[in-house]
Amino acid sequence: MTPLLDVRDLHVTYRSGSGEVPAVRGVDLSLDPGASLGLAGESGSGKSTAALALLRLLPAGTRTRGRVLLEGEDVLTMRWGRLRAVRWAGAAIVFQGAMHALNPVRRVGDQIAEPLLVHRTVPARRAPARVAELLEQVGLPASRARDHPHQLSGGQRQRVMIAMALACEPRLVVADEATTALDVMIQAQILDLLRRLVAERGIGMLMISHDLGVLADTCDRLAVMYAGRIVEEGPARKVVDEPAHPYAAALGAAFPRVGDPASRLAPRGLPGDPPDPAAPPPGCVFRPRCPVAETMCATVDPPLLPVEPRESGGPPRRAACVHAGPARPTTGEGVR
Amino acid sequence: MSATETGPPPRAEGSGDREPVLSARGLRVVLRGARGGTARAVDGVDLDLARGEIVALVGESGCGKTTLARTLLGLERPAAGAVVFEGRPLDRSARGLRAYRRRVQLVQQDPTGSLNPRRTVHESVAEGLRIHEGTTADEVGRVCRALSLAGLRPPERFLSRYPHELSGGQRQRVVIAGALVLEPEVLVADEPVASLDASVRGEILRLLLDLRADLGLSALVATHDLGLAWNIADRVAVMYLGRVVETGRTEDVLSDPSHPYTRALLSALPGRGGRPAPLPGEPPDPRRVPPGCRFHPRCPALASGRAAAVAERCRAEDPAVLAASGPLHRAACHLGPEEGRAGRALRTGGA
Amino acid sequence: MSTGTAVPSRRSPARRRRREALLRLARDYARHRAGMAGLAALLGTVVLALAAPLLVEPGELTVTGAPGSPYEPPGRAFPLGTDNFGRSVLDLVVWGSRVSLAVGFLATAVSVVLGTLVGVAAGHFGASGGRGGRVLSAALMRVTDWFLVLPTLVLAVALAAVLPRGTATVVLAIGLTVWPATARLVRAQTLAVESRPYVERARALGGGHLHVMLHHVLPGVAPVVLAQTTLLVATSIIAESTLAFLGVGDPTTVSWGGILEAARTAGAISSGIWWYMIPPGLAIAAVALSFTLCGRALEAVLEARPREPR
Repeated sequence: MTPLLDVRDLHVTYRSGSGEVPAVRGVDLSLDPGASLGLAGESGSGKSTAALALLRLLPAGTRTRGRVLLEGEDVLTMRWGRLRAVRWAGAAIVFQGAMHALNPVRRVGDQIAEPLLVHRTVPARRAPARVAELLEQVGLPASRARDHPHQLSGGQRQRVMIAMALACEPRLVVADEATTALDVMIQAQILDLLRRLVAERGIGMLMISHDLGVLADTCDRLAVMYAGRIVEEGPARKVVDEPAHPYAAALGAAFPRVGDPASRLAPRGLPGDPPDPAAPPPGCVFRPRCPVAETMCATVDPPLLPVEPRESGGPPRRAACVHAGPARPTTGEGVR
Repeated sequence: MSATETGPPPRAEGSGDREPVLSARGLRVVLRGARGGTARAVDGVDLDLARGEIVALVGESGCGKTTLARTLLGLERPAAGAVVFEGRPLDRSARGLRAYRRRVQLVQQDPTGSLNPRRTVHESVAEGLRIHEGTTADEVGRVCRALSLAGLRPPERFLSRYPHELSGGQRQRVVIAGALVLEPEVLVADEPVASLDASVRGEILRLLLDLRADLGLSALVATHDLGLAWNIADRVAVMYLGRVVETGRTEDVLSDPSHPYTRALLSALPGRGGRPAPLPGEPPDPRRVPPGCRFHPRCPALASGRAAAVAERCRAEDPAVLAASGPLHRAACHLGPEEGRAGRALRTGGA
Repeated sequence: MSTGTAVPSRRSPARRRRREALLRLARDYARHRAGMAGLAALLGTVVLALAAPLLVEPGELTVTGAPGSPYEPPGRAFPLGTDNFGRSVLDLVVWGSRVSLAVGFLATAVSVVLGTLVGVAAGHFGASGGRGGRVLSAALMRVTDWFLVLPTLVLAVALAAVLPRGTATVVLAIGLTVWPATARLVRAQTLAVESRPYVERARALGGGHLHVMLHHVLPGVAPVVLAQTTLLVATSIIAESTLAFLGVGDPTTVSWGGILEAARTAGAISSGIWWYMIPPGLAIAAVALSFTLCGRALEAVLEARPREPR
C-alpha cells in the first residue's frame, strides 16, 4: 500500500534578521490511510513548522527542502492551482485557537459551507443539508448552524473547526494542538471524536501536541521531535511506556499518571532550555540537558536507528541516542 | 460518617495540631454578567489551608476556582461568608487589604500577561517591595535573592531584561520571584503551569514544592489538571459549579474517588490506557445552577439508574456544603460513599 | 559578580535600556519621510517664533509706528507688501507665529492634562473601583459627552465673550472645548490596560489606585496621548485663528487669525489686496499640516512598537 503521506528528509529554514534559522532539520514521516501519527515536542521543537510545511503554509522567505508526497504527489513542487485543490480536498488543518480562526460576525453554518461552495463540491441548494450532516458528524445539533461563534463554547467551536476541516472530505487531517486549550472533559470528547473519524472514515491523521498522554490515547504511532529532528519514533504506547530516548522519557514524565506512586509529590521536568536553533551544540543536540549523557555524546551525533531487532511483522521502532542503538538493546529503564 | 448529613460536619479531625492559616467560610460570590445577568460563581465554599500545606482546587473552567482564588486575595467582594486569615476575618479596608496582600500572594495563570511589557525584570520583581516599603537601599539584593529562590541564576543576568526576552518558564519564575520578594506566608496560584511547555511544567511544580520545604510556604493551587494535584498537593478539593463536591487527601480522592463527578474527571484523563469516559455535553453554566444536587443533570450514576434509590433527593435536595478541611475524605453526594464507589469502604486518611 | 559591586550600577542598566528604546524609536521615526518633513517645518517655525524679536522691530507693528504706506504690494522693501496701516505683512506673520504657537501649545496642554485626568480616572475607576467607581466613571463620561456634543466653536465664542479678553481666555476657551476627544481616547486605552493581568497582579501585590494609575495605566496610555497631543496642537492653532478671525480673540496682540480678521474688516478681499490675506492663511495651513504629519508619523511608529520579537 502506498502511504497517504510520505515525508522524506524535510528541512525548513526561516530567514530572520540575523541570518538563517533551521527549524526542521531532516524529518522523515510516513502515514497510511486510516492510521494516525502523533508528533510530540516542546514549543520550538519544529513540530508545528513541519506540519505547516506539509501544506506549504509557511511565511514567504522560508526555505523548504526535501519531499512531501501526498498520495504520491510532491506538495513542495506542486503548482499553485493544484496546491489550492490539495489544501481543501486532500488535507485540512485543525488549529488550536478556534476562537480566532472563526469569523465572529458570520454564522457558523455559512462558514462551514464556504469551502463547499468555493470548490463547488455540492450545489448551493444542497449546501445546508451537507452542513447539517457535517455538524451531526462532529456531534453538534444541526440547529447550531444558525449560531454565531460567540454563542458556542470552546469545545463546540473546536467541533465546528473540525466540521470545516471535514467539509471537503480530506484524506489527511492535521490537528495542531487541537485540544490543548480545552478542559479535560471537553478534550476527552474531542479526542474521542477524532479517533472515531479516523476509524470510521479511513482518514489519515497527523496529530501534534506536547502532551504524550493525549497522543498515546489517540494515535497508533508516535514521533518525538527535539530541536528540529525526530529523536524517537515507534508504536505510540511503546514510546510512552518504555521510552528509548531520554528526551521522550522526560516529556512523558512531565505529565504524571494519576495513581502512579513514583510521581506522587515528585514532579519531573527537564532543566535547561532547548538549544538555540541558529547554533545547535556539537554532537548530540540533547546532550546539554541529558541526564545520562556521556563524554562520547559531545562528539557523536546519533542518527535515528532501530531500537530493537525487528520481530517478524512487528512495527519498527527507532531512536536517536547512543544508549538506544542496536548494539545496546536496553530500553527506557536505563535512562529513567 | 457520611457526607449526606445535613448539620455542620465535625471539623479538622486528626489535624488538631494544624491551625488553618487561610480559610473560606461559607463563601459566596456573585458576578455580574456583561448583559446584566448574575452568575453564582462561588456558591458556598468552606475551605481551610493549613500552614505549610499545598491544597489543589480542581475543576473545569467555569467551576469558580479562579473566582474563589481572587476572592481569597480580596480582589472580589463576597456576597456572603468570609475570608479568614490567621483566625481573623479579612479586614477589607484599604490599609487592611494592603497589609494582607503582603503576606498572601497571587500567581496568575498567564505569566506573559502578568508582567508589564514595558518594565524590566528588576522593576517587575521590585514592584511589591516598592508598594510596601518604597525604594530601599537593599532592593537589588532582595530582588536578586528572590530571583535565585525562583530558580533564575545568576540573578544579575536577568535584572535588566524585558519580559519578551525571556522564555515562558522564565517569565513564570519572574512572577513567582515577584511574589517571593515580600516573603509571604501563602501563595495562591491560578493554573500556574497551564500555559507552559511540558518540560518546564515539572520544573515550576518542583519549585513550589521546594519553596514549601525551604520557606514553609502554604499554597492553594487552582487547576484543571489532576496530574498537577497528584504531583504536588497534600489535599484536593474538587469544585463543580461553585461548590466543593469532594475533598480529602490527594491519594484518597484521586485513587479512590467517591463523587461521580470526580470519577468522570479522572476517567477523562488522557494517557491512562483505557478508553476515556468523559461526561457528555457542555460544561455547566454558573448563571443557571440546577435545583437539587447541582450535578444531577449530568450525573452518570443518576443516568445509569445506580442512584435510583435517592433519585428524588438528587433532583430536589441540595447536598450540604462540605467542609474542605483536614484529611477527612468527604463527598457532597446523596449516594452514600458505599454506593457511590460500588461497595468499597471509605478510607479516612490520617485518622 | 558579587552583589556588592552590582549595587552602585543597579539602576543604570534599566536606564541604559530605556535610552536604547528611545533611540530605536527615533530611528524608526526618521524613516517616515512625511513625519521628518513635518518635524523640520515645525522646528523652523518654532525657531522663527523664538527669534522674532531679533528679526522684527516691535515698534513697527503698531499702527502709529508703521514704516510703510498703506497697501504697498510686495516689493523690495516689504517682501509681502503692507497692510492698511502700512505695516509689513511679513513682519506681522513672523510676529503672529509667537501667539499662534503659544496658544496652540498651551491650549493643547490644558486639554491634554484635563482629558488625560478625566480619561484615566473614568477608565480606572470604572474598571476596578467597585460600585462607587462605576458611578464616578459614568458621571465623568456623561460630563465628557455633554462637552463633546456642544458645538466647540459656539462654546469657545461664548466663553471668550464671558471671560475677560486676553490670551489666557483664548487658551482656556480652546482647552476646555477640545479635551473631550482626548478623554474618550484615553479612557478607551485605560480600559485596555486595566484588562491586562499585570494590573491585577499589581493590585494583588497591594498596589492602590494611585499605584496602578501612575505605574501601569499612565505609561500605557502615554504613547497614545503623545500622538494625540501632536494632532491637538494643529486643532488648537486652527481654533485660535478661528476665534481671532471672529473677533473674540485678544485684540491687543498680533496673531495669524487676528491678521486675517483685520484683513477682512479692512475689506482686503473685495479690494483684491491678496498679500494681506494669503500669507497668514498659508502659515496656519502649513503649521497645522506639519503638526498633523508629525502626529501621524508618531502614531505609526508607536503603533508598530509593541511588535517586539516574539
